[in-house]
Amino acid sequence: MPNLSYLKALNRAIGDEMERDPAVCVLGEDVGVAVGYATAGLLRRFGPDRVLDTPISEQAFTSFATGAAMAGMRPLVEFQIPALLFLVFEQIANQAHKFALMTGGQTRVPVTYLLPGSGSRDSWAGQHSDHPYSLFAHVGVKTVVPATATDAYGLLVTAIRDDDPVVVFAPAGALPLREDVDFGALAPVPLGSGRVHRAGTDVTVVAVGHLVRDALAVAEELAGTVSVEVFDPRTLYPFDWRGLAASLERTGRLVVVDDSNRTCGIGAEIVATAAEEMRLTAPPRRVTRPDGAVLPFARELDLACQPTRAQLRAAVEKVAGVG
Amino acid sequence: MADAPPAAGDAAAGLYRTIALIRGFEQRAVELVRSGVIRGGIHPCTGQEAVAAGTCAALRPGDVVTSTHRGHGHVLAKGADPARMMAELAGRTTGLNQGRGGSMHAADFAVGVLGANAIVGAAVPIAAGAAWAMRRSAAYGPGTYRPAAADGTDRVALTYFGDGAVSQGVVLEAFNLAALWRVPLVLVCENNGFATSMRPQDTMAGTVTARAAAFGIPAVTVDGMDAEAVRDATAEAAARARTGAGPSLVECVTYRFDAHHTWEHTARPRYRTDAEVEAGRARDPLEVQGARIARATRAAIDAETAGLLDAAVRYALDGPHPDPATALDGLYASGLRPRAGAL
Ligand SMILES: Cc1ncc(C[n+]2csc(CCOP(=O)(O)OP(=O)(O)O)c2C)c(N)n1
Repeated sequence: MPNLSYLKALNRAIGDEMERDPAVCVLGEDVGVAVGYATAGLLRRFGPDRVLDTPISEQAFTSFATGAAMAGMRPLVEFQIPALLFLVFEQIANQAHKFALMTGGQTRVPVTYLLPGSGSRDSWAGQHSDHPYSLFAHVGVKTVVPATATDAYGLLVTAIRDDDPVVVFAPAGALPLREDVDFGALAPVPLGSGRVHRAGTDVTVVAVGHLVRDALAVAEELAGTVSVEVFDPRTLYPFDWRGLAASLERTGRLVVVDDSNRTCGIGAEIVATAAEEMRLTAPPRRVTRPDGAVLPFARELDLACQPTRAQLRAAVEKVAGVG
Repeated sequence: MADAPPAAGDAAAGLYRTIALIRGFEQRAVELVRSGVIRGGIHPCTGQEAVAAGTCAALRPGDVVTSTHRGHGHVLAKGADPARMMAELAGRTTGLNQGRGGSMHAADFAVGVLGANAIVGAAVPIAAGAAWAMRRSAAYGPGTYRPAAADGTDRVALTYFGDGAVSQGVVLEAFNLAALWRVPLVLVCENNGFATSMRPQDTMAGTVTARAAAFGIPAVTVDGMDAEAVRDATAEAAARARTGAGPSLVECVTYRFDAHHTWEHTARPRYRTDAEVEAGRARDPLEVQGARIARATRAAIDAETAGLLDAAVRYALDGPHPDPATALDGLYASGLRPRAGAL
């Protein structure tokens, strides 16, 4: 069976969609030579009319994509650094996102924003290590964080086909992942549908993005003591609340592991919604970055700000009432 | 609004008609703000009508525009129905945006108005992107916006922005992109002497046209009180864009007669004297254009316009208020329904 890397999956998704729909185009810095790899080979295949190397003008090219989308194109915009989303928050949250409503349904803005290498890249320090997906869920922009290569393919395809703006975070911690896949079986994954990676009966661990792998490792460690179900929402907005409720019907206990800062992170929303509406037999817990985290440079300090397996394990044991 | 080039006399009367329409529309809109029918106030464009009338007279129906917070004139000149525009300002379901946008977001995609924008300068890169996409046949995908009178791939986009907007980084970034990629864009700077209370010399180092020149964008400054001068400069810029030569800039020097925003009618901040406003009003675009047509023609247009606008006000007042249960209908083009705020 062929082996697919997470990055190659992103690359394949973009290429397949460009092949399928002539309105799909790519904008970003150095997308021609593909320094981020996700756009590798696209310039050669589709030409400079559809693969545009942009000046270092994120604000302008993000809204340029909005205008192009309103006139019928389906642009994918790649950003080199997750923190650049702070630069273009106006263009995404206040422009692209608002046009459908403000125009009374006269237009749509089908733009995909791709962040290959979100979160910590291992000692890239304060301005390259953010994971601001909760911000987009907060403002109601569709937000996707695939954990595996297959899901990276399926979710990116869906994001490109979606008629609304969608931000796709490809966590740095997940990029090296590889998977044996049948290329013929690669398929779109609908937004808002979670995935149970491992079934369990005692505790549901909701894990976001690259943390799914950590959650699976902890579940394995605890096997025999605590039966852990690992639930990967895949899309943070819209969120698969029904899928989570079904999992909590089975387990009644919840831990969320989320690479957001603690205050107002997506973990807070998941815990709050579960508390309001779902079956919980024990107080839920979150494992997140600290409040207001600026990731320091030195490796020990960078790691000290990210959720760890040890923290997750302790939280699961606490919620399960063991250990 | 011009389809085929009309006879000279008709063209002059047409420009006058558009200016009079906008003038009368703003008068009525200001009254409706005073009487509380229009909530949130408006940014009146009174005094600047020749810019909207002149620029749109040089465009074709398939061309598109983006507008600003002071956008009523642009929307009307591009061909939106004044009645539905007034209904939008009044927040009725019969409005252009079904009451979802209001004054600062009025849009009418059917006539090529891709929306006014409340963030200063924000629409300039949007217009550049639309212009780029329109050059491509692939942009006519299934279910996408297609102008009623699609006229091939030489369509252009025109974007309005104020003198205040040329100090926004994103505007200058968009100049660079548009020039670099030669997108068919016409940049129209409405220099009305003010950004709220601040004058261009207080906020702008250099000039509007020199900013364009820095990107190799041809730029001219015209009398923005003279609709024909505006039209001719825009026609040249649009023709250049249609041939694929890229963007041009037209700076229209005009004067805002009324308030920055209608809150000034009660708050009365002091940043200019009555004498200055009087001097500014001396060159009134309505009079400049009115003097170019026969007295009887002018009187007939005035009477027709008054009737049309009175009907527009009645239409707005008669329109239903929206049902609160529909507040976030259409938030997502895909039909996704957001969760409610309270369960
Ligand atoms: C980016 C941004 N900053 C501030 C404001 C508040 N504001 C609204 S209009 C305006 C002045 C704009 O001046 P100009 O661009 O010259 O247009 P004019 O109002 O004269 O038509 C300001 C500061 C805004 N809407 N957007």
